[in-house]
Amino acid sequence: MIQVLTFYLFAGIMLAAAAFTILARNPVHSVLWLIVAFFNAAGLMVLAGAEFIAMLLVIVYVGAVAVLFLFVVMMLDIDFAELRAGFIKNFPLGIAVAIVLLAEIVLGMGAYQAGSLKLGTPDGSGAPVAGASNIESIGALLYGKYLFLFEAAGIILLVAMVGAIVLTHRQRSGVRGQNIANQVARRPDEAVINTQPEVGQGVKL
Amino acid sequence: MIGVEHYVVVSSILFVLGVLGIFLNRKNVIIILMAIELILLSVNLNLVAFSSFLGDLTGQIFAMFVLTVAAGEAAIGLAILVIYFRRRGTIAVDDVNRMKG
Repeated sequence: MIQVLTFYLFAGIMLAAAAFTILARNPVHSVLWLIVAFFNAAGLMVLAGAEFIAMLLVIVYVGAVAVLFLFVVMMLDIDFAELRAGFIKNFPLGIAVAIVLLAEIVLGMGAYQAGSLKLGTPDGSGAPVAGASNIESIGALLYGKYLFLFEAAGIILLVAMVGAIVLTHRQRSGVRGQNIANQVARRPDEAVINTQPEVGQGVKL
Repeated sequence: MIGVEHYVVVSSILFVLGVLGIFLNRKNVIIILMAIELILLSVNLNLVAFSSFLGDLTGQIFAMFVLTVAAGEAAIGLAILVIYFRRRGTIAVDDVNRMKG
């Protein structure tokens, strides 16, 4: 009974938060609603027995991606009222597309009720290890059968990181930065000058 | 009792909400990126639900890869957004036509 209750709680809050995400006037509120949606999705995943993915969702999305969104929203000085101008105009088309999509999914579910296609059954290679926790089973699979895919995922993240840095890095002109090569190459005989100035003449620099 | 159908229904509603978000906020690229995150979340939810339903962890592994790509996509998308804002001073994406021939 408690599972049913929590499922409807998480699902309801998640869908409401998703709706507020796309409808909120202020993008900062959008990001905060997105965080709520992700938390509740993580709850739904825990309910389905996927603790590892749920925790990953909380750490990666709430900890990294949502904060990134928040940074960008706050960093850029944007007139959001002007961006919202087409909201009412786009509303009928958006609702129509949403209804078509939902109708397609309902149609698919109805067809499934009439008897599903036989697409085969899992071959058992990805079955959870008996007696092991979810994370242990995932680790065995990830570092065994899917090792190369795992490393490819790492390369994707590396490329994304390098790409983001290259895109946003800019060389400013006119700033007095530290040039370490010049500092190291500096010798005493070109840096220090001994002079014997006349009294009252001052020193020429 | 809660079955896989419930999860499919919830994730499909979430997917539709994401698509609706793209259509409603056609100017504001930040909200569009968030709507894409919602769509990817619904896909992940579906993968996890079926993984649990079939007793096969491959779905959860795949959800992890989707998560990876979503994180990379968000980073690159926001980086492009930042440099676009630097050049144009706005993020309205409905007049991005600089490369129109």
